[in-house]
Amino acid sequence: MTRLTTQKPKRSIDELLVSFSPKAASVIPILQAIQAEYGYLSQEAVRCTAEHARVPESAVFGAATFYSQFRLIPPGRHLIRVCQGTACHVLGAADVLDSLCDELGIDEGGTTGDGLFTLESVRCLGCCSLAPAMLIDGETYGRVTRGAIPGILDRYRKGDAG
Amino acid sequence: MSTPIAEVRVGLATCGIAAGAEHVYDALQKSLEQHQLDVCVKRVGCMGMCYNEPLVEIVSGEGNSTVYRQIKPDDVERIVCEHVIGGARVDELAVSDDEFLRHQVRIVLENCGVIDPESLEEYRARDGYNGLRRAVQAMTPAEVIDEVKRSGLRGRGGGGFPTGRKWSFGAGEAASEKYLVCNADEGDPGAFMDRSVLEGDPHRVLEGMAIAAYAIGASYGYIYVRAEYPLAIERLEKAISDARAEGLLGSDVLGSSFSFDVTIKAGAGAFVCGEETALIASIEGKRGVPRRRPPYPTTAGLWGKPTVINNVETLANVPWILRHGADAFAAHGTEGSKGTKVFALAGKIKRSGLIEIPMGISISDIVFKIGGGVLGDKALKAVQMGGPSGGCIPASMADVPVDYESLKETGAIVGSGGMIVLDEATCMVDVARYFLDFTQKESCGKCTFCRIGTKRMLGMLEKMCKGEGTADDIDRLAELGQTVKSFSLCGLGQTAPNPVLTTIRYFRDEYLAHVEENRCPAGVCRDLISYRIDADVCRDCKLCVRHCPVEAIAQGDGAFQVIDQSVCIRCGRCFAACPFDAICVQPGKVKA
Repeated sequence: MTRLTTQKPKRSIDELLVSFSPKAASVIPILQAIQAEYGYLSQEAVRCTAEHARVPESAVFGAATFYSQFRLIPPGRHLIRVCQGTACHVLGAADVLDSLCDELGIDEGGTTGDGLFTLESVRCLGCCSLAPAMLIDGETYGRVTRGAIPGILDRYRKGDAG
Repeated sequence: MSTPIAEVRVGLATCGIAAGAEHVYDALQKSLEQHQLDVCVKRVGCMGMCYNEPLVEIVSGEGNSTVYRQIKPDDVERIVCEHVIGGARVDELAVSDDEFLRHQVRIVLENCGVIDPESLEEYRARDGYNGLRRAVQAMTPAEVIDEVKRSGLRGRGGGGFPTGRKWSFGAGEAASEKYLVCNADEGDPGAFMDRSVLEGDPHRVLEGMAIAAYAIGASYGYIYVRAEYPLAIERLEKAISDARAEGLLGSDVLGSSFSFDVTIKAGAGAFVCGEETALIASIEGKRGVPRRRPPYPTTAGLWGKPTVINNVETLANVPWILRHGADAFAAHGTEGSKGTKVFALAGKIKRSGLIEIPMGISISDIVFKIGGGVLGDKALKAVQMGGPSGGCIPASMADVPVDYESLKETGAIVGSGGMIVLDEATCMVDVARYFLDFTQKESCGKCTFCRIGTKRMLGMLEKMCKGEGTADDIDRLAELGQTVKSFSLCGLGQTAPNPVLTTIRYFRDEYLAHVEENRCPAGVCRDLISYRIDADVCRDCKLCVRHCPVEAIAQGDGAFQVIDQSVCIRCGRCFAACPFDAICVQPGKVKA
């Protein structure tokens, strides 16, 4: 819980917008900047982006839903991303994802009821020699086994990691 | 205190960091400080030996190098005391042979893992930016294009289009405004060649871009980088600002009248944006949806202006060609495929990593000589090349040389550089399903053949993996695959059926086993296998009983457990939990 108190106050959407020129090409960089600050894109964020970039709101919403990076609902405190790259797939990535779903009691894409974890799969983390791999926030875990998962999650539950 | 050691290098690319190299780096610095040693510890990019990460390399004053493998922070003190201070190599921790590197030729990766990627000085000390200097100070744009044409360099992103010819199309356009785009949207799962180059040697890519821009007459460039590559973006940002400060980018590059500047565009996660017209739409701020060609981007690209788009690896070859000349480059490779190719070697392989091989060496040389053979000394089944756009080459064809033409004949492609080794425990129907699941989800949905065709193909494959397919489905699947290939709008749909078509071509038996016998010979497809407990091996510890979520395991007729096949859901938890390997997988649908 200490993390909350050390977090910097968030910059407002207007403050973020000033560094982007008002044109269509700014849409994706603006959405990226807002998501980096807030963790997701609110309806308000989409509206402000459209206004600033001088494009229809539908075009911004179109981009926000086209690219897999963007999310429209707030994620949990810790983001778990399980690699589904080819090397991970042939070395048991499906099993890692299944175990996480079991352990957390959520489906892929879901967030736990306590808001602690969001579980996602990603196409490739690019550390194929560590397959099967997963990323929790900024930390990579390689050669993940079903047995290792409860221990890893406990570190985040207790607040020792991240 | 001085030592005979010139420098200590720690591999700190994404793969090294993932393996814990940051902790090793910190431990090294601390230890050297404690011993009051004046030795430079350098952060370098990918050394290529991913299977041995974290890696520490110690270079002596005479240039002799020792590479230490799988180093933990606890090993650091010993290396410092014995090697850095004592001058004696710690054999126990060192990489003992050079088999992994001996068969490689390093052009693109010549600086990766050697220089500090954040140091412009180090890049320049290794002849960096001399290619650009030669181009802008001593050559006309036409001469640069001619040099690249003579080198035989072809697009390394997968297409294989001759780079010099593409440049001449761009140069031939009369427009006053043109663009040069570097495609760094490396999206194939299992491929990290471009990321390694960007993280390990970013100036090389900038130099290649500047030379290309000079050749075609562009004064502005973009690098479109995957959003998932934050470290590559960070290093590029630093490289761009350092290059600007030294007059290597900006107006009047190296005192010439040529001006060129670069902006980074971070992608937002869409595989289709690797396709050039979709990439252009994405830079323009739109959904990354491809459009019909012609007109090709070299005529009407970014904002309707002539635009040349080259892949990272293609551009990374260019400075070398300008420095050493076209002939030196063309001396490597085969008649139609010159130079080298970088591959990300992974999967069921002993030595996985980033390799650069001269075009024309065989797949079996890569797997057995460089890669050290299949994991666990199992039999090689196939090699998957080119990711979702490529195909599977069976072990029986492992002698095929790696070049554009030979691989095309097999139905696979050289591709962007993903090379996944598959062994007998890999199900080829499942591999085909895996890639199609990928392309189907990444299809942008604009054209019917790709949108609906891939969906239907995936449906058939899923049916087969569940044992619900028929023999007719195999032919229908192949026919639909051909149709999708022929009529899709862009490269994504045109190549999406390749993994399916090559596996049907080379592994038809395996498809037949799935549909006719309801059996997955590799024991992968969950609906087509069963788990059994070997009573002779079982120690009756009951760990499996505790892990079973459906209470399918009960006491057998003695001191062993038995699985009730009518209850078992084949989740594999007992199999993973058993400490004695008493549970085995049997191919074949459960007979309850």
